[in-house]
Amino acid sequence: MKQSGAAGRLATLRLLVQRFAFLSLIVASVALMILGKADIVLIERTRALVADAIAPLLDAMARPAATIAQVTENFHELANLRTENARLKEENAKLMHWQTVARRLEAENTVLHDQLNYVPDPDPAFVTARVIGDMGSAFGQSMLLGAGAKDGVRKGQAVLTGEALAGHVAEVGARSSRLLLITDINARTPVMLEATRTRAILTGDNSQRPRLNYITGSPTISVGDRVVTAASGGAFPPGIPVGMVSSVTDGIVRVEPFVQRHRLEFVSIVDFGLGGILPFERPPPPERRRRGREE
Amino acid sequence: MKPSVWVKMDTWVRHSVPFGITVFLLLLTAIPTHIPGFSGIAPMLPLMGVYYWAIYRPDLLPAWLAFVIGLLYDIVAGTPLGVNALVLLLVQGTAASQRKFFLGKSFAVTWWAFSLLTAGAIGMAWLLLSFIKGRPLDIAPVVFEYLMTLALFPLLTWTLARTQLAFLRDV
Repeated sequence: MKQSGAAGRLATLRLLVQRFAFLSLIVASVALMILGKADIVLIERTRALVADAIAPLLDAMARPAATIAQVTENFHELANLRTENARLKEENAKLMHWQTVARRLEAENTVLHDQLNYVPDPDPAFVTARVIGDMGSAFGQSMLLGAGAKDGVRKGQAVLTGEALAGHVAEVGARSSRLLLITDINARTPVMLEATRTRAILTGDNSQRPRLNYITGSPTISVGDRVVTAASGGAFPPGIPVGMVSSVTDGIVRVEPFVQRHRLEFVSIVDFGLGGILPFERPPPPERRRRGREE
Repeated sequence: MKPSVWVKMDTWVRHSVPFGITVFLLLLTAIPTHIPGFSGIAPMLPLMGVYYWAIYRPDLLPAWLAFVIGLLYDIVAGTPLGVNALVLLLVQGTAASQRKFFLGKSFAVTWWAFSLLTAGAIGMAWLLLSFIKGRPLDIAPVVFEYLMTLALFPLLTWTLARTQLAFLRDV
């Protein structure tokens, strides 16, 4: 009788401890959210460390997936060979015309550069990285890349695919980094319309087509206008292709990005020598002088 | 008789299967699928893992492990730290406290309960994130993600049940 009473008390105690542990975990997650909102460096470091630790695993898992995707795409291409061929022939004819135009313009441009003593843009350094993690989620548009600080990746650098802008580096670990796509709700990209040089901010909202906000002046924007990066803010060099205006309704301009998320397998992380989109890195803490130790 | 070292180790490995497989599901979600349009609506596989083990083996995937998986989820998915941790923690807590109701019930009941719980979980994630970002997020992909998760539940439950039979029948 006595023993069962003790056991009963023990069980109650265990239940209490369990309840308490559960509650403290809830409090811990809420605290983490608040701390994360305050942009604590420690949290960022921890994230980068853990991401680094699982990067090799993700990398190993991403490779067979990429192979499977390639094989299925091969089949797909085989099936559409004829139509694709016809389309390419047509496109080629158009492009041949453009090539002639481009050659002429290039020659003209060189001459003009020479006459104006134009200082050419420096060739940017770049790193090519594999996409190792793409947590498909309705809540954010970001990817893990298999290159980090060790490979020269820094926060804020532009990430390109082919010629188009994919996004920028938002977090950097030693051997992995996070690419925030231009469609993410946190992404703000300074852009301009290529033809009219109208500046605007491309605001992601997690949908496939980000919005153009803060358009300067009141230009006529029509569907099909090309959107390229602007130099505002010193984030990206001007002129990187971003997308095409896909719809203009009730003053809401939406842009269809050139980058196709599902096709991203390798991306280039480019160092243009600019501050990047996140120039407000905290200054390093002042070094403490240890008077006792140093003479 | 005291069990030998090997038996102990064997038991230990078997006992770590629920956590291991849930983390594996998490990594599986993170694989770039290269399927157009899929990346916005990928099913929440780790949520299913946490739900399943909370009902059938809550001793092997307790609340704190659900919390840890949630933190990993946040780090891999790039969501603010703590959001998925809280969601998975509450899913584990709710499912584990109601497990007596589930045991011995038909699969349809489990599925139905899962649909309710997931609606709550995804809704909560949506609320938390909208609150953190300071404006309401787009609701359409959330609904699709929810439907994808529901649709995959039978397949995943079957797989997890096979795993449980294979590794945890008598331990």
